[in-house]
Amino acid sequence: MAMVPRAAVQELEAALAAGQAVRGRSLWADARRRFMANRAALVSLAILVLIALFAIFGGLIAAWDIETVDWSALGTGAAVNGRPSFATGHYFGTDQDGRDLFARTVQGTRISLMVGIVGSLVAVVVGTLYGAVSGFVGGRTDQVLMRIVDVMMSIPFMFVLILLLVVFGRSIIMIFVGVGLISWLEMARIARGQALSIKNMEYVEAAVAIGVRPMTIILRHIVPNLAGIVTVYATLLIPNMIIIESFISFLGLGVQDPQTSLGALISRGAAQMQYGTLWMLLFPLGFLIVMLFTFFYVGDGLRDALDPKDR
Amino acid sequence: MTAPLLQVDELRVTFDIRPPGAWPWTPSLKLQAVGGVSLQLAPGEALGIVGESGSGKSTLARAIIGTIPSTGGRVIFDGRDLTTMDPATRRRHRRDVQMIFQDPLAALNPRMNVGDIIAEPLLTHEPGLGRKAARRQAAELMERVGLLPNLINRYPHEFSGGQCQRIGIARALILRPRLLICDEPVSALDVSIRAQVVNLLKDLQREFGVAMIFIAHDLSVVRHVSDRILVMYLGKMMEVAPARALIATPRHPYTKALIAAVPIPDPLREKARPRPVLEGELPSPLNPPSGCVFRTRCPIARPSCAEGPPAVLNPGPGHFVACPWIDEA
Repeated sequence: MAMVPRAAVQELEAALAAGQAVRGRSLWADARRRFMANRAALVSLAILVLIALFAIFGGLIAAWDIETVDWSALGTGAAVNGRPSFATGHYFGTDQDGRDLFARTVQGTRISLMVGIVGSLVAVVVGTLYGAVSGFVGGRTDQVLMRIVDVMMSIPFMFVLILLLVVFGRSIIMIFVGVGLISWLEMARIARGQALSIKNMEYVEAAVAIGVRPMTIILRHIVPNLAGIVTVYATLLIPNMIIIESFISFLGLGVQDPQTSLGALISRGAAQMQYGTLWMLLFPLGFLIVMLFTFFYVGDGLRDALDPKDR
Repeated sequence: MTAPLLQVDELRVTFDIRPPGAWPWTPSLKLQAVGGVSLQLAPGEALGIVGESGSGKSTLARAIIGTIPSTGGRVIFDGRDLTTMDPATRRRHRRDVQMIFQDPLAALNPRMNVGDIIAEPLLTHEPGLGRKAARRQAAELMERVGLLPNLINRYPHEFSGGQCQRIGIARALILRPRLLICDEPVSALDVSIRAQVVNLLKDLQREFGVAMIFIAHDLSVVRHVSDRILVMYLGKMMEVAPARALIATPRHPYTKALIAAVPIPDPLREKARPRPVLEGELPSPLNPPSGCVFRTRCPIARPSCAEGPPAVLNPGPGHFVACPWIDEA
């Protein structure tokens, strides 16, 4: 138990004496304090913010754009003029086609982050509501809604995603659609399980007895109490989405050239490994790994902060 | 007697229990939690309901307020049958019947601050009022139930159990309901806090003129609050009488045992008094005894008790006993 500073106590006494309304400390505020005390999570969050800034504004400091070919860095020149160097403006070097790797990494990081965030947003909005409704209403509705989730989960997702990309053409929109289609399924199950236990809490019964409408009960009493677990799961979902996108791009099915993504860059870089141009692999790979690690640490920190009993 | 505010006729609540490992087509076991209870409540009257755990007290309360569906009988509130209403009409009628819960902290949403919790019923039934005005009323009521109104922005976990129960009371009273159902409101509280909360409830009940159903397994608390007391056992009514008469002259053998179980705060007298202790356990409500449900533990049971429901005698004004042998024991 931390000592309470004397000044804070005096302030509280004064407020009580004056009859002013005292500010309460919500569970969210408590969680924020615990999160702030978690070094690894805080550092990870800072790194993530930096990576996000890099993905958004990195293009401004790039000397080259993503598609212009530097002819001097082609062929046998790649190992010499394509090296990472400030003099040539290729901070991260060039890829095997002589294009600036710095600009391309910025672009790839942006795509990967977007895929992760879009997938996780769909999961949060659709999955949480779907699961909360299913768990709260219960009975036959619950059975039907959850069997739909089971059926969708049993379809091999990678196969469907590849089919989507083949039939409708390779585009980033199709990747968003595919990721959105599956990301909410697991979330719906988690939200339903939680909603089932929250439904039996006395405050939900109190709301029923007061006469609150069912939809309002879901939005006001169930969803806010789901929010902890949903936040944690959403943070841990982002890296999964990034990995799926990278895998698809690694197979060569992701975004269209000259657009790129981290997975595509890693795939191209790995193909050049034996020619002494390792930077083509290491820069995008480094960004991917750092992103995944930091997301996991932040998710872990959020879990500890939001659910202190459950460690 | 004036027209009753609440009239409950032969109310039944049956739960379906799936036997473990059953096929989908095997019929569910029927657990009868409330087996045909009738009662009447006048406006402003306080009715205590006592009985041991598993006697169906809380289920009865929840069937009256409608959070558990009843399987038979009628609940007539102010001349209208609540059990046959459609959900939307039923929701509008909920403002007249409010409830106070057993676990004070669990009954408050941990993500909402106290002002919003207390104002929620008001904003639900009078959405035009506005959040500010509703919170102002909430603050007034906080003062009335003994909470500092400047704690209005605090969250439930920042309060003690007794304070949480006061918040629950404020929430139940803000709509000025006509019937208040208290489901063991003090059994989760510390003994030293109990008396305060019970007295507060009693005062508020008089002040607001609200009828009250007060459920407890502790006869000494119920006696203090109620005008009449109803004794339940295994989902059935055993005895109902004006509070004074029930305590002074209990007639049903179960009521006698309950009263004998209330400790006397004097070790010498406590040791000296005779003690008709009940033998055995509460029978399973899945398979209740035939006839009188109490006969398996009754000191004056006789073979004919197994044959049918016991006759109800009326030994005094407003005093009813579900046992035909009370004059012979």
